Amino acid sequence: MKSLFYLNKYFKKYKFRLLLGVLFILLSNAAQVYIPILLKESIDLLRTNMSYQLLLKYSGMIVGTAIIGGFFRFLIRVTIIIVSRKIEFDLRSDFWKHIQTLPTRFFQNNSTGNIMAHATNDISAVRMYIGPAVMYSVDTITKIIIVITIMLTLAPTLTIYTLLPLPLLSFFVYKLSKKIHSKFTKIQEKFSELTTKAQESFSGIRVVKSYVIEKSEVNHFTKLSGEYLDRNMEKIKIQALFMPMLFLITGISVIIVIWVGGSMVIENTLTLGEIIAFIAYLGLLIWPVIAFGWVLNIIQQASASMKRLLKIFNEKNDRVENTNANSNIKTINGDIEFKNVSFRYGPKLEEVLKNISFKIPQGNFLAIIGHTGSGKTSLVNLIPRLFDVTSGEILIDGINIKNIPINVLRKNIGMVSQETFLFSDSLKNNLGYGLKEINEEIVERVAEISQLQKDVDNFSEGLETILGERGITLSGGQKQRASLARALAINPKILILDDSFSAVDTNTEEEILLKLKEFMKGRTSIIISHRISTVKHADSIIVLENGVIAERGTHNELVEKKGIYADLHNKQLLEEELEEIE
Amino acid sequence: MRGSPINTDDIQGKAYDSKLMRRLLGYIKPYKKYVVLAILLNIIVAGLGPIRPYLTKIAVDDAIANKDYNMLLYVVVILVGTLLFQAVIQFALTYFTQLMGQKIIYDLRIKLFSHIQKLSLKYFDKTPIGRIVTRVTNDVEALNELFSSGIVMVFSDIFIILWIFGFMFFMSWKLALITLSVLPVLFYATFLFRKKVRDAYRQERKYLSRLNSYMQEHITGMNIVQIFNKEKDEFKNFIEINYNYRNALIRSVFYYATFFPVVEILSSISVALIIWYGGGKVIQDSMTIGVLFAFIQYTEMFFRPIRDLSEKYNIMQTAMAASERIFEVLDDQTIIPNPDNPKKLDNIKGSVQFKNVIFAYNEGENVLKNVSFDINAGETVAIVGATGAGKTSIISLLTRFYDIQKGEINIDGINIKEIDKFELRKKISVVLQDVFLFSGDIKSNIGLNSEYISEKRLLEAAKIVGADKFISKLPNKYKEEVKEKGATLSVGQKQLISFARALAFDPQILILDEATSSVDTETEILIKKAIEKLLVGRTSIVIAHRLSTIQNADKIIVMHKGEIRESGTHQKLLAKKGIYYKLYQLQYKEQEISKVV
Repeated sequence: MKSLFYLNKYFKKYKFRLLLGVLFILLSNAAQVYIPILLKESIDLLRTNMSYQLLLKYSGMIVGTAIIGGFFRFLIRVTIIIVSRKIEFDLRSDFWKHIQTLPTRFFQNNSTGNIMAHATNDISAVRMYIGPAVMYSVDTITKIIIVITIMLTLAPTLTIYTLLPLPLLSFFVYKLSKKIHSKFTKIQEKFSELTTKAQESFSGIRVVKSYVIEKSEVNHFTKLSGEYLDRNMEKIKIQALFMPMLFLITGISVIIVIWVGGSMVIENTLTLGEIIAFIAYLGLLIWPVIAFGWVLNIIQQASASMKRLLKIFNEKNDRVENTNANSNIKTINGDIEFKNVSFRYGPKLEEVLKNISFKIPQGNFLAIIGHTGSGKTSLVNLIPRLFDVTSGEILIDGINIKNIPINVLRKNIGMVSQETFLFSDSLKNNLGYGLKEINEEIVERVAEISQLQKDVDNFSEGLETILGERGITLSGGQKQRASLARALAINPKILILDDSFSAVDTNTEEEILLKLKEFMKGRTSIIISHRISTVKHADSIIVLENGVIAERGTHNELVEKKGIYADLHNKQLLEEELEEIE
Repeated sequence: MRGSPINTDDIQGKAYDSKLMRRLLGYIKPYKKYVVLAILLNIIVAGLGPIRPYLTKIAVDDAIANKDYNMLLYVVVILVGTLLFQAVIQFALTYFTQLMGQKIIYDLRIKLFSHIQKLSLKYFDKTPIGRIVTRVTNDVEALNELFSSGIVMVFSDIFIILWIFGFMFFMSWKLALITLSVLPVLFYATFLFRKKVRDAYRQERKYLSRLNSYMQEHITGMNIVQIFNKEKDEFKNFIEINYNYRNALIRSVFYYATFFPVVEILSSISVALIIWYGGGKVIQDSMTIGVLFAFIQYTEMFFRPIRDLSEKYNIMQTAMAASERIFEVLDDQTIIPNPDNPKKLDNIKGSVQFKNVIFAYNEGENVLKNVSFDINAGETVAIVGATGAGKTSIISLLTRFYDIQKGEINIDGINIKEIDKFELRKKISVVLQDVFLFSGDIKSNIGLNSEYISEKRLLEAAKIVGADKFISKLPNKYKEEVKEKGATLSVGQKQLISFARALAFDPQILILDEATSSVDTETEILIKKAIEKLLVGRTSIVIAHRLSTIQNADKIIVMHKGEIRESGTHQKLLAKKGIYYKLYQLQYKEQEISKVV
């Protein structure tokens, strides 16, 4: 329950409106509670000396009171429920603002679906607490207090008899809706199992048909559907109890009024009007009593959801702007130095980089080569601080990158990662993503360098072509070239390409490299590749092996060294020869 | 529904279509008994509610007014009795109607699933998988409400209203008419409210799906957002979408805020009318106070069923839209026809013949243009060609995944159209490039739960292709669970499993589409060996990507733009210096050093 206190700061923000809402609840309840009194008086007058004029007056007063009550009911929703929507908005915005600052590590450890569930389901659950739960609990408590007070003044013993069954109602509603909720979760689990099975069976249809296993697929699906039906029936059993139980308990209360009250009327200790007032009051009480059990559930669910949200809100954001970042640094030149850098992904995990040291003077081209898993990607990810080093330091222009404002650092690094990711937006907006404002000239230039222009010419909408679900799907090679162009567009001081040509055919790659050469002039660049032809022309080459630098030097030096690099090179030559022999 | 994907198939269109409705009702037929029972229970339960206010009237007028204790006790006992009876019947009613609804959608779901399994690959080519899945899951689910509460509960609501009206008119038809004079206003208000709320709800969904897809996309691409320093700009975008969603939600708050008070006021007007008119009658002594008691209670009773009835409109509309989509699939007859009197294929040798085959996926765009070739039983044939040359089409035709436009395909001289298609497929094993693994364990992925594959044969197959080695290293060996389409297995391991699968079925004809993705040397050697073993003793057609496979083939068929341009052995074709020679160079050059390392 404590987790919900976090929301107090939002409640404070809308304090005035919320208090107004509470006032409206009181006013509308006052009006609602007055109607049974009017009923009682008119019925009692009927038994004694009623006139047509009085009848008209009472009828008019009933309608008048109802209108006043209704008007305040309207205002309650307009204040409290709208505030709850506003707080939901604030909470979601704050959630997103926080998410945006979280380090890459967080997104690796949490699936997108999981984060989405927090942003949608958990925030909705919390909203239910802010809005309906607050509204109904204030409503319920005030109404119960007022109504019971009036009932007690009318007929104390009858009140006690009548209200006896009601706590039972709250209790059952609470228990049953809790049970229904847990059964519902179980149904959802089965439903997603069913969905997965259908998904699998349809996407594997070629295998299914080839091996003629349609029957066993149908059997499996039938079995799951049967289990789904059973789980539904489990919930339905409880749900079917709900309504009967509800009117059983309320009905008993009404019967008690008629029985005990009727006896009292016969004994002349109660009037008929008071009986009708009691029945009307029961009508007023039933909903709040039901809501009470329901609200308890909402609060429980909201508190569980809030706990999950708080876990994310408290998620440390370990790469935050250092307080000792020097705000005088407005730009960088691009001298890079790694000084005894070691890195591991978690405290208990093995080191993926061990004691790495090297220097790249401004404007130079460093190539990194090595097997899958040798630490190449981890190494380059440290430069824009997607991860922070475990020990050692990385210097740019002789300054530890932790002391460079992170936006200055990143503004000057053009990075193309292994997994290409483009937004479902126009190609133009994707290429110019890093620019403050889209500049056609720049976009066209970088498209030209990345050999994207030809593809663009083939799209009917050209650069305005929308990518993704609502647009066209690019091939792997096109995606890689587009992300290259996006990195070039920001005119970076440091260019990092992480295996960015793996899906690009060799011819195109050569053309891109040729054009890049011009672009790279005066910029520091780091290129990771599997192809020797790509790394050959680098100013220096590093061969990574199991997280350490195994070899370094220029192409010619390394070939002469007769180590790993030379081995790779030789094998490539050998193959070319083989090709010629066959 | 929680966690359900954004539904693009919006709720729209007609709320009632008699043709669709009749067809839907057809699914109730097997459960006629339930329907009869439900209607019977309904009539009873609907009457039990309204009887209570009438009993109250008797208590007030006859028992209390006459100071008759016994009479009062008598009425109270009857009241308790009816209440208990109503509770039991209500429970049974809810339970049985829901059970019926669940059973009907269960039947429909399985029927739909089985039908989709029968559909030809043409259907799967043109329909996104997600949409097909939605048909058997969410669309069928949308019918649940129609069957379980929709149809039966409409009766229930109508019966309740009829009973109430009956009692009211019985006691005083004039007072009844006056009390019910608010009904037209209530009807209109409810109708208007539903319409507004529905529109608002649609807006909400629209903005919610925008919000969701924005978040989905930007969580996935958060790396890019951060690297390019776009946090501030993206936050502005987020706020805008979030703000639109908020406003859509707030709009519907107004409708609720107006509707509920209006209903309350209307019900008070009814009560006021009862007091005013009925009270007048009481003064004249032409009406008893008990009648007023009963009427005041009735006003509270008939508001609920009327509100519920208007909700049925939504249920109907949703159901109509869903059933239209479901029936569209059920009516789809893109099924490869099976011959009426299929020819037997018992002792097949495995010779394959393509005779002037012309084939197009879409009319007018021929993918295969007059393709003819012969493969002798037991031979291995490699098909090579650039992407789009028609290689995959050739192998899809042999198993009758598609039917050809012209020409014929024969196996042992029998046209495959004259063979039972399931028999045919059982004789042919297909190994595809992308290995598809089902959820289950390793064993079920090799044997595919087929009754024809014994455990012994399954293990043997795994051993022969060399999959046994890595499987025995898994913690649960053959019982190791396969998660998320085999995400925990390497590409090479998945391929070995698919080889074992093909071998376990011991086909006379094998079709192999070699994977292009690179694997490490050790695995590459394993795979090469496995392929060699796989091809022994059966007719094999391979879309080859490995040099070794091409070299070992009895014949190579070179496809180019839907035609066979060259064929022969590796050496012969190389010497020709034609298309094959170029292809050979191209494919070889594309290989990366990582493959060799």
